[in-house]
Amino acid sequence: MATTAEGFDIHHDDHAHHDADHKPAFFARWFMSTNHKDIGTLYLIFAIIAGIVGGGLSGGMRLELAEPGLQWLGTFVTIMGGDGTSFDQQGHMWNVMITAHGLIMVFFMVMPAMIGGFGNWFVPLMIGAPDMAFPRMNNISFWLTVAGFCSLLFSMFVPGGTGNGAGVGWTVYAPLSTSGSVGPAVDFAIFSLHLAGAGSILGATNFITTIFNMRAPGMTLHKMPLFVWSVLVTAFLLLLALPVLAAAITMLITDRNFGTTFFDPAGGGDPVLYQHLFWFFGHPEVYIMILPGFGMISQIISTFSKKPVFGYLGMAYAMVAIGVVGFIVWAHHMYTTGLDVNTKMYFTAATMVIAVPTGIKIFSWIATMWGGSLEFKSPLVWAMGFIFLFTVGGVTGVVLANGGIDDNMHDTYYVVAHFHYVLSLGAVTSIFAGFYYWFPKMSGRMHSEFLAHVHFWIFFVGVNVIFFPMHFLGLQGMARRYPDYTPAFEYWNYVASWGYVIMGVSMIVFFVNILYAFTFGKKAAGNYWGEGATTLEWTLSSPPPFHQFETLPVIDDAKGHH
Amino acid sequence: MTFGEFARKRLQILALVAAALTFFAAPAGVLAQDAAAPPLPAPVATAPAAATDASSAVTAPVDATAAPAFEHYGPDMIKGQPVDGAYGFQPQYSAIGEEGLRMHDALLMPIITVITLFVLALLLWVVVRFNKRANPVPSKNSHNTLIEVLWTVIPVLILLVIAVPSIRLLAAQYEAPPENAITIKATGYQWYWGYTYVDNGGFEVISNMMSEADAAAGGFPHQLEADNRLVVPVGVPLRMQVIGADVIHAFGIPSLWFKIDAVPGRINERMLTITEPGIYYGQCMELCGARHGFMPIAIEARPLDEYNAWVLSKGGSIAGAEEAAAPAPAASASAAPAATSSAAPAPAASASAAPAA
Repeated sequence: MATTAEGFDIHHDDHAHHDADHKPAFFARWFMSTNHKDIGTLYLIFAIIAGIVGGGLSGGMRLELAEPGLQWLGTFVTIMGGDGTSFDQQGHMWNVMITAHGLIMVFFMVMPAMIGGFGNWFVPLMIGAPDMAFPRMNNISFWLTVAGFCSLLFSMFVPGGTGNGAGVGWTVYAPLSTSGSVGPAVDFAIFSLHLAGAGSILGATNFITTIFNMRAPGMTLHKMPLFVWSVLVTAFLLLLALPVLAAAITMLITDRNFGTTFFDPAGGGDPVLYQHLFWFFGHPEVYIMILPGFGMISQIISTFSKKPVFGYLGMAYAMVAIGVVGFIVWAHHMYTTGLDVNTKMYFTAATMVIAVPTGIKIFSWIATMWGGSLEFKSPLVWAMGFIFLFTVGGVTGVVLANGGIDDNMHDTYYVVAHFHYVLSLGAVTSIFAGFYYWFPKMSGRMHSEFLAHVHFWIFFVGVNVIFFPMHFLGLQGMARRYPDYTPAFEYWNYVASWGYVIMGVSMIVFFVNILYAFTFGKKAAGNYWGEGATTLEWTLSSPPPFHQFETLPVIDDAKGHH
Repeated sequence: MTFGEFARKRLQILALVAAALTFFAAPAGVLAQDAAAPPLPAPVATAPAAATDASSAVTAPVDATAAPAFEHYGPDMIKGQPVDGAYGFQPQYSAIGEEGLRMHDALLMPIITVITLFVLALLLWVVVRFNKRANPVPSKNSHNTLIEVLWTVIPVLILLVIAVPSIRLLAAQYEAPPENAITIKATGYQWYWGYTYVDNGGFEVISNMMSEADAAAGGFPHQLEADNRLVVPVGVPLRMQVIGADVIHAFGIPSLWFKIDAVPGRINERMLTITEPGIYYGQCMELCGARHGFMPIAIEARPLDEYNAWVLSKGGSIAGAEEAAAPAPAASASAAPAATSSAAPAPAASASAAPAA
């Protein structure tokens, strides 16, 4: 789209060949890496592993929810070394599973894949920079995330009140997470968030510095590819939101262990204060998870339409607007906590405002395709799937934004359906779109386009079968975070569990496709998508040399994007 | 202010003070191990008058020493419960619920359906019209001010159309209860509900989930039915006060469009008026620990005279009547925590707060 590479001398690799592709030995390369592409690869591998764990947990949950009664939790408790016959330990196990599923998918799957993986790989490539601004800080960002993941996994094996593990939900509400959970499990889970959060803050400063200071000559902010814009906005959200989370969970730690009463009414504290702090972080967090996806979708749609993005500035500033407004809508997660009527009216209105910039993005993507010459390669198919699924998740968000309507939907499966449509079906779909878009660029091998299409269609059917019936369950009043339900909820739960099986099959196709690429995959050319792919990464070989752009590319102003 | 209003207000204040004293006295009673003190039969003496003109539900003969037996609604009176395979909201049995249901079904659903289908149609049109074969040469058009203004302004107008009834619904939900509203305090415990009848002598009913066997025997939905229901008068404004005793719970009834968090250290108050007699099921709607899924709410809405009869059967007093009944609830309330302190998962053991008759 925006930036073209006409001014870039493709032959510069030859001049610097002997050190451009000199790679360190295995341990130094992968464990002490300062190379943005290697760190990006590490993040992606990490995200896939965490995704398998988090996705496996949701498989256990769908298994348990397939029919009324507790069939599997006892087995899970026994596997984890507890007393499988204890009713409380079974209920606790359920809470541990939902907590781990949420935290893993948010902090250790979506964020590492989008920001750590694709962000690290392609922000420097797209702005024509040799690497990130702080390569060694980049390294510690990654390993802090790994340490956080280990801390979270470890929490599942130590006592957390009525059983092993932290059974407090990903929101870690006090006082369930303070006086309600004795034992070190919740401390380990909180520490996990501290580590992952510190890693993300360091990563965010790195991205902001890189994008502001290391753009190639001629690449102004208004010529940056939209993916870089999306990572820039995301980095600011991370930088502003995560310290608030860190403060909130530090207060949890001191409430738990050092006798403070920030969230304990017996000492003058307020449990709702924690929710305000958490959601001041938590709402921007949901945009952190989707904005890089927006950026990737913009690149992909433009590439396969062979057109520049429609309304480039509107697209960039829509993301800025979403980021800014995202900070002033947090209490719509708290409509039932007892907010006063004026507060609730304000948050209803503010929340609905977000639909406007989001709508601009949806329509601009369609307008980009309008008049284009669409080539239905797998990334475009995934991107179009994203637009539809995100629209469904978006409109249910408008419904939930109404404080008076939310009174009946709050903490029901309608909410679960809504946020899985924007995250599991939105963010994850955009991750797969980006993956198929850039996988050959990263690995040097072509994946199978056939398998990528098969993956899409099975996944698309599967996730819709899982999550669409959850709207019905929610409207009928089925509450979230229940291991068991009254028999009247059986029908749609049974359907949803079969949807999980379908989705699981699609993931097998995905892994087969990766295996195929590395064994039989054709070597990828530098620009394997052809004329539509105009950003700087397509001027390099696939995979790019270990160090790229040792001679900075110059962006030719005469061929501007407007 | 007429004399009647003045008198009623005075009595309500006295009743509230008595209830508060009761509330504080109860734990002390437990500590003092005098929970076994027999409750005074005083209020029972007034029961027959109320019971005689009630419906056949109150049929038990009443003598001066025993509380009248009270026949609860059977499964045929269940109104607010989920239906397997259903698509929409449960039928609503409160004015707020009817307004909310109307807004969702008649306004929000059509709007979001049309928007989603519109986006889908655009996508399909793009696939058909602008694929490589149909349109080999892409246009380079990337701006159109008019359409960009349109797709900004039209969504704003749609949102305004939604916002007006939405704000009206919100305002209606926060209407203050009238002075003669009956105050009931729901307390969320790990993992059961306690219902304190503040205006009826301040006795507390402890409500656990009914065991699967009992529910099956009675024909009630398992995991929604409770051993002791929250009995309330129908058509009378209720001042529902909700609080958490240990962690945050949430008091949610889908068929009444009513949900409010039970937060420790904070009383959340909303008005609730149920329009039809019947049984309405709800559940705890905020993660509260291991048995979060097993602390249902069962509301039994009865005509006022039957409600009063039930109150008397529990040893309470009629709202607005003399506050002489205060000592009785003190004893009954103190009995409740003792009965439920057992850690047995199946709440089969009777945990009624009623004084032993």
